[in-house]
Amino acid sequence: MSELAVRVTGIGVYGPGLCGWEQASALLRGDQPPAAGDAPKPAPPLLPAAERRRAPDTVLYAAQAAAEACAMAAADPAQLPCVFSSTQGDIAITDYMCATLASTPRELSPTKFHNSVHNAAVGYWSIATGCRAPSTALSAWTDSVGGGLFEAAVQTVDGDAPVLFVAYDAASVGPLRSVVPFDCGFALALVLAPAANGAGAQLRLRRAGHAPAETTDGWMEALRARNAAAAGLPLLQALAGAQPRSLRLSAGAPFALQLQVTP
Amino acid sequence: MQAGDFPRLPGTLRLPTPIPPLAVTAHTATSAAGRGVVAFARALRERRGGLRRNDFGSEPLDCWIGRVDGIEDTAVPAEFAAIDCRNNRLAWIGLNEDGFLDAARAAVQRYGADRVAVVLGTSTASIGATEEAYCGLTADGSFAPSYRNFLLHAPHSLVAFVQGVLGTAGPACTVATACSSSAKVFAQAERLIRLGWADAAVVGGVDTLCGSVLFGFNALQLVSDAPCRPFDVARRGISIGEAAGFALLERTAVAGRAAPLLRGWGESSDAHHMSSPHPQGLGARLAIADALQRAALDASAVDYVNMHGTATPANDAVEATVVAEVFPAATRASSTKGWTGHTLGAAGIVEAVACLIALEQEFIPGTLNCSNPDPLCGPQLALDNVASAPQIALSSSFGFGGNNAVLVFGRGGRA
Repeated sequence: MSELAVRVTGIGVYGPGLCGWEQASALLRGDQPPAAGDAPKPAPPLLPAAERRRAPDTVLYAAQAAAEACAMAAADPAQLPCVFSSTQGDIAITDYMCATLASTPRELSPTKFHNSVHNAAVGYWSIATGCRAPSTALSAWTDSVGGGLFEAAVQTVDGDAPVLFVAYDAASVGPLRSVVPFDCGFALALVLAPAANGAGAQLRLRRAGHAPAETTDGWMEALRARNAAAAGLPLLQALAGAQPRSLRLSAGAPFALQLQVTP
Repeated sequence: MQAGDFPRLPGTLRLPTPIPPLAVTAHTATSAAGRGVVAFARALRERRGGLRRNDFGSEPLDCWIGRVDGIEDTAVPAEFAAIDCRNNRLAWIGLNEDGFLDAARAAVQRYGADRVAVVLGTSTASIGATEEAYCGLTADGSFAPSYRNFLLHAPHSLVAFVQGVLGTAGPACTVATACSSSAKVFAQAERLIRLGWADAAVVGGVDTLCGSVLFGFNALQLVSDAPCRPFDVARRGISIGEAAGFALLERTAVAGRAAPLLRGWGESSDAHHMSSPHPQGLGARLAIADALQRAALDASAVDYVNMHGTATPANDAVEATVVAEVFPAATRASSTKGWTGHTLGAAGIVEAVACLIALEQEFIPGTLNCSNPDPLCGPQLALDNVASAPQIALSSSFGFGGNNAVLVFGRGGRA
């Protein structure tokens, strides 16, 4: 059976009550849920100030988590292939586009249009960091964390070199709220490195059987319902812990991964 | 020039190692240039483009489009009614051409559902359905009941549909990197097969006409008011098209000798601008170099280059220079977008199929609507079709965000 073995050398997280890995990892080791309410809008350090002001929220969420993970891994972002993954991309821009098309289509903003592509976040990231390595923007609907993690692990093993993985989604807005249930922003980022590298938690990925996922803390499930990128929280909890742990992560249903985490 | 001679960034991006080829055991494309490979090949051979004056939507812009007839009258299978939309209807039309559906289902039977991956590219997927929903909101500003399905409005709607139709349970992923999407799927699928996660992969992509892209590219002043004229000095922008295309990838050991081969792929980022190419085409050069390196080929081995050739002033100027500098004079290069329009997230698969047609049917398509080439073009640019039997064909796809993908295909052996 195929197995991918990698190490996690950097972690970044942005979400309600989970602003940064230091705060999140302490919380994930304890038994208290994070504080309710939205996280403050991030100001990711690697984006130029002008981009921070005008970039869509999803770009800020993704870049915030990505910058934190790269710093922890002491990795130069310009060298890292990027795998970005999102259920829905930037919902506020989709709302703008569809509302404008329904009313005054000839007044559509060119900047909003080029920001509407699903790869806007990884595009801005690669421009800001000067990264000419391959970059991709994926979706596996609400399994986008699993689908993206899988592709990032495949690329890490294939290239025998570190890869940046980022998963993010934003709150739903406008009429899209009648179909997209997200109501907060969330992003997580991991720098994956080849297993032979010395540092970092070991992460092994195998195809999961048909067993249901183990139950997780209620607050994680609740946060996942608010933003599908929070499906990565059980993995983050395992990375924050001291004990080896196995957990199931759907990665483009019915395809699912069994993750073995050895912190 | 050796592939390894390309400029590389200091201290980064090691050269990839060559890969074993994969067999392309089935392939199909449906666009304005025709439904299926036979129709597409005939249109190419007869120099019959599929572009028409824009008749899409209630307030059509004054431009030309590549529209597939009959999508409105097509139904997806009943069990997928919840995700019925223009994009999935075109996917269904495409799957039913060239026996592709049967070939893919046979692969599922042969290998088992768990061992077949589905990796498809799209830029806008089912956004047309979301646009429709916004035109008929209820009094409280919600979607009408018939549009209240989350997946119908998700970029993954295409993959979910194809995965459901084929009954696969292997890795399933949407690649949405704008106009390089359905080229990058070949790279992702090749890795999955080589690393043992799948025995076969259904790759390709679908994009359909919608307000977002017509009015969006118009806002960027990238849409031509006349049929697109790739590489012509008088080019004025793109003609937007829609298309569906698919390919089935398997290991060569199980395929017939005649099957064409995926020989290599290369991916890169420009790190330059969201909607303009790097002025020296640095990202494009890196992707070409990596694709040739994986194929273990020298640039001089490439007989045909299907260029991205969108007919925007910027893309074609940069790409013309890159092709003139990287490939020898004997290589033939063309853009087939004069036949199909720019099919955006489906461009990679449509032009991969154009390469396979060139390899299998022994002719190189020229560049429709180009009569007075930009002086930046090298001797490689083919205006007229060329009767020749290419052995190696390379396809370039470049997307917004500076996202580049290059594929190398090789002719199969004699059956």
